Amino acid sequence: MTANAAVDAVGLVKNFGPLRAVDGIDLQVRQGEIFGVLGPNGAGKTTALRMLATLLPIDAGQARVFGVDVAREPHRIRQLVGITGQYASVDEDLTATENLWMFGRLQGLRSADARAAAKRLLAQIGLEEAASKPISQFSGGMRRRLDLAASLITRPPLIFLDEPTTGLDPRTRGQMWDTIRELVNDGCTVLLTTQYLDEADQLAGRIVVIDRGRKVAEGTPEELKASVGNSTLQLRLAPGADQETARQVVRRVAGTDPVLTPESGRMNVPLDTADRAADVLIGFREAGVGIASVTVAQPTLDEVFFAITGHGADDEAGEQQEAPAVLEVK
Amino acid sequence: MSTMIAGATAPAGSAPRRVIDVDAAVARTRPRNGLADTLGQTLIMAWRALKKMRRNPEQFFDVTLQPLLFTAMFAYIFGGAISGNVHSYLPLLIPGIVAQTVLTTCMATGVQLREDMDKGVFDRFKALPMARIAPLAGPMVADLVRYLIAAGLTFVMGVIIGYRPGGGPLGVLGAIVLSIFTGWAMAWIFTWIGTMARSARAVQGMSMLFLFPLTFLSNAFVPVTTLPGWLQAFVKVNPISHMVAATRDLANQGTVSGEVGWTLLAGLALIAVFAPLSVLGYRRHL
Repeated sequence: MTANAAVDAVGLVKNFGPLRAVDGIDLQVRQGEIFGVLGPNGAGKTTALRMLATLLPIDAGQARVFGVDVAREPHRIRQLVGITGQYASVDEDLTATENLWMFGRLQGLRSADARAAAKRLLAQIGLEEAASKPISQFSGGMRRRLDLAASLITRPPLIFLDEPTTGLDPRTRGQMWDTIRELVNDGCTVLLTTQYLDEADQLAGRIVVIDRGRKVAEGTPEELKASVGNSTLQLRLAPGADQETARQVVRRVAGTDPVLTPESGRMNVPLDTADRAADVLIGFREAGVGIASVTVAQPTLDEVFFAITGHGADDEAGEQQEAPAVLEVK
Repeated sequence: MSTMIAGATAPAGSAPRRVIDVDAAVARTRPRNGLADTLGQTLIMAWRALKKMRRNPEQFFDVTLQPLLFTAMFAYIFGGAISGNVHSYLPLLIPGIVAQTVLTTCMATGVQLREDMDKGVFDRFKALPMARIAPLAGPMVADLVRYLIAAGLTFVMGVIIGYRPGGGPLGVLGAIVLSIFTGWAMAWIFTWIGTMARSARAVQGMSMLFLFPLTFLSNAFVPVTTLPGWLQAFVKVNPISHMVAATRDLANQGTVSGEVGWTLLAGLALIAVFAPLSVLGYRRHL
């Protein structure tokens, strides 16, 4: 183990015209960890990743990968980093095997080695049967897995995954997570971006939250979730129920302020455990506050954002994130 | 559908798991590509382009239909007017049509590169430690096949309608080889346009601006002496005129004239200017 961090970036800046997409982000990724970059669409996650992968010039700041300077020695960085983007970057006109063989050859593998690596990887990602089919017949999930395999062909020590599961169905998503965990078992370091709090929670040892090009929080998933509670009680008050009374009940029973959502009569209450929901509901009955509906859910990215930045993630990410309700009362 | 294979349950016969050694990986990295790497990567990109051609045979429409159609059309329409009859027009016309089809093929090189560059796979090419010229030069190497078809078919069509090249098979072969070289050199202009333009359609439009003056303001279809003096001045410096004159000398007389030298020189000059410009244009897309 060297002293060099897998990624050591200080004050990264990227401007697109007047828009500052990345506004002075610091990242320290240790060797062998899965590091999550969490944020909504347009927060600057992809831009930051593309700068570190030499796909975009760095406007200001400094970045090193295993001690190698990204801006000064891009060719060496490209030998150390595999990147898998949001959109599968494989060749539509070639078969899965041909794709992997080509990428292996382009990186200096001998023909036989490239073929062996292609075979091994296709087995690893469960695409053996589709090995000689053209990619145009692949489903979205198959393409994403092939794309990941294409990044792994020369076993780079650092893998960038840009929203690896966005748009995948839950089963494919689980498979992707397994593959990512396996990578780390092999000694790989993984830097992944995601819009999903539960994905970061499932995979990452450490997380940074970025918003509008700036880092707004950093820590373990536990620390992050502790800031918003482990679950959320989502309430809609009955018409005519007194919001002020409800607020006082929540403060007394749960010990925190409820978060009012834009819809009138709705409020979210962060809870340490889902069990506390019952206490809050009993409190409401005793105080005579009527309730139209109740849901207990995991905290959403929206709530994390609200807790950290004071504003929502202002896109659909929060809704997609909605975890299955534990309890629903009419 | 198989499930993901965890490390512990890897099937017998698969390679044993090797844990990545970061220090060794860093030590193995090289600061830049060698010449052998660049050549190898270019050939792999050519392999890719050939695979694509085989799977999309409609890409060959231009190089097969145009020589057949244009040779017959121009011969019968202009033959009588320019040379008195079709037969005596053919030695003048065929090398001209070769130049025109080869140039049109060059344009397709630029348009296809532009289309290709918009695809996701180019993102990966950019992220790989590969020479920046390989994705440009690779398809151009594969395109040599297209120039060969275009030039060869034009001569075949000419022979069918009565052309008897005085230079014999060797002269014709020399003419074809020279056309392929010139086509390849000219293709760098269109590759450069391909890296600069915003869309494939724009490449097509911009290429037309080069294509028409280069082919029609030359000696390709008419004797230069019939043109006004100011136009003759341009025609004489147009590299296409040199190429057409050189291929005429080769195919019709079997002589290697000074025009061959001028054509080669013009070709090398085009490569020297437009190959670096193309790589610059491609880098800017990063």
